[in-house]
Amino acid sequence: MTGTSFARNLRMLLPAISLVVLLVAIYALQPRAISYVGFNLMLNLAIPIALATIAQMCVITVNDLDLSIGTYVGFVACVGATMLTGGVAALPLVKDLQASGALPAVLPWIMQTPLAGVVVLAFGILVYAALGALIHWRNLPSIVVTLGMSFVWLGLSVLILPVPGGQAPAWIRQMMTLKPAFIPFPIIAAIVIAVIAHILLMRTSYGAVLRGAGGNPKAIERAGWSLLRVKAAMFALAGFFGMLAGLSLVGLTTSGDANIALRYTLLSIAGVILGGGEFVGGRISPVGAVMGAATLTLAGSMLSFMRISPDWQIGAQGAILIVVLAARTLIDRAERNR
Amino acid sequence: MTRFVGTVSLLALVAALGAGSALADTKDKKIALSNNYAGNSWRQAMLRSWDKVTKPAVTAGIVAAADPFTTAENQVTEQAAQIQNLVLQGYNAIVINAASPDALNGAVKEACDAGVTVVSFDGIVTEPCAWRIAVNFKQMGKDEISFLKEKFPSGGNVLEIRGLAGVFVDDEISKGIHEGVAENPQFKIVGSVHGDWDQAKAQAAVAGILPSLPDDIVAVVTQGGDGYGAAQAFKAAGRKIPTIIMGNRQDELAWWKEQKDANGYETYSASIAPGVSTLAFWVAQQILDGKEVPKDLVVPFLRVDQAGLDKALETTEKGGVANVEYTAEDAQKVVDAAAKK
Repeated sequence: MTGTSFARNLRMLLPAISLVVLLVAIYALQPRAISYVGFNLMLNLAIPIALATIAQMCVITVNDLDLSIGTYVGFVACVGATMLTGGVAALPLVKDLQASGALPAVLPWIMQTPLAGVVVLAFGILVYAALGALIHWRNLPSIVVTLGMSFVWLGLSVLILPVPGGQAPAWIRQMMTLKPAFIPFPIIAAIVIAVIAHILLMRTSYGAVLRGAGGNPKAIERAGWSLLRVKAAMFALAGFFGMLAGLSLVGLTTSGDANIALRYTLLSIAGVILGGGEFVGGRISPVGAVMGAATLTLAGSMLSFMRISPDWQIGAQGAILIVVLAARTLIDRAERNR
Repeated sequence: MTRFVGTVSLLALVAALGAGSALADTKDKKIALSNNYAGNSWRQAMLRSWDKVTKPAVTAGIVAAADPFTTAENQVTEQAAQIQNLVLQGYNAIVINAASPDALNGAVKEACDAGVTVVSFDGIVTEPCAWRIAVNFKQMGKDEISFLKEKFPSGGNVLEIRGLAGVFVDDEISKGIHEGVAENPQFKIVGSVHGDWDQAKAQAAVAGILPSLPDDIVAVVTQGGDGYGAAQAFKAAGRKIPTIIMGNRQDELAWWKEQKDANGYETYSASIAPGVSTLAFWVAQQILDGKEVPKDLVVPFLRVDQAGLDKALETTEKGGVANVEYTAEDAQKVVDAAAKK
């Protein structure tokens, strides 16, 4: 093994190394956490974060940034807790109308079918695809567009659920609280997410085109691929994974809240970068991103086990991020110096 | 798991010994406070009260630990993770002031399934396995009209100051006020503004609506944190100051005292004492002690009347809220009251 490939391997292994270091630290602090129940409790909230991180990674692949993913996940959670359970009839707005007598007590089938929820969620993905196309077509800064969209999603969530409430569909709830033998569900879910995203983006030929659009868009365009279609596809993919994040989150919390996932925007960006991705150049790692999401979640647990005051926890989480990034920069420099 | 088995065998041992007392001991039990927000005077007072009551309780060996934890960002997912971490840290009971009434239910259920007692207060959770120490905000609003009925039997025009729009508490208090008015039609709400529980905002809102209101306003019904601002708005407009119901904030009590000394001004003040966290602590301790406790409890209001004003003002620090810490006996009373229902 030459020095350069050693550095490259080290760089690829960095997310895994940080994850293992954290697990060892947690074991030292709280041995009972390293158990079936412990992993379930520590990592179940990492599933939606991992999915949101993959969504963010799709956008970062094409050199854009999605600042609306947090509120979008919240929007999906609100739809999941209402329309995906009881259709249009489950909306508080419709219930108010029924109570006031404007609508009959028994609503027709079309208003009760959960299909309404499916339609709305599909609409969300379409909006994402349209945003990607718009950003490419008008050459807009994605930060501005998605920041604007974040308020749109939040507004829609508040319209759907003015106060926290609703009920997650039973099948999602059941899936998220699965207790398979031997291996805790969050770990299985994390592996499945990582493998699917890896195959999709790293192993298929169109995946290579998608990544190439971030690395060298000119070359991709000359080769005859439509960049517009690539951007729309990547944003649609982000919308899809964001939808999965929202649904898994509502399965864990059992009910929706418009403000449920505001933190996810920054967490997902941090997860991508921790996992070895770069802001530009189409350089990404789906497996690393999932590990990055798990690392961020576990870091929170570790800081709480260490009894660090919450006022310091955000700072401490930032410090972990800086340490990992510093390690990566050092490796990069070693790579270049060879 | 070993701890659980240990507890079970310990309980079995106690039962086997059959010693006279049927009570389990709580001296090796750990209680945690999971708090979602610490950014205002009320929450700060709540955390101080928790320390003031639980530290001696730990020293006296009533419980093994009573540690407060606050999330930094007032976020649902952050508090859910915090609750799950507290379960892993081996706390026997978690006392929660929740960021959301519904969205923490998943984490609360996980805690219950792990054998942890969950007691929520102020910001309560709806998961059935948890205990709830709720505030009857509706009653709080209704009480205001009852007070006015005694003071002004013939009724009159009333101005309502509401809280933050879209928040459950604001809705409930206002509903109570309107219910009270419906039962006592001699009162009429001539105007309603949102003061956001903030003196400066309330002052601006009242100043804005005053010119459009009739001159004979007898009273202002409030939600707390807005009475002083209302008084300032009336004063600035050169109007006669009506009976303004106060909400236990220090500036409100100080203004009331000043008026009382100057011209015998009469009103009353009510709010939830931040010390309600200590009530939740004792309820959790009693549950761990093996007592039968109903799942739904109601917090008593802390009410300051004309006679108690001087004392309340003395014990309230500047910029703070009138407070009271609860004892194990107080908790017992609340539990008994709920059990009777």
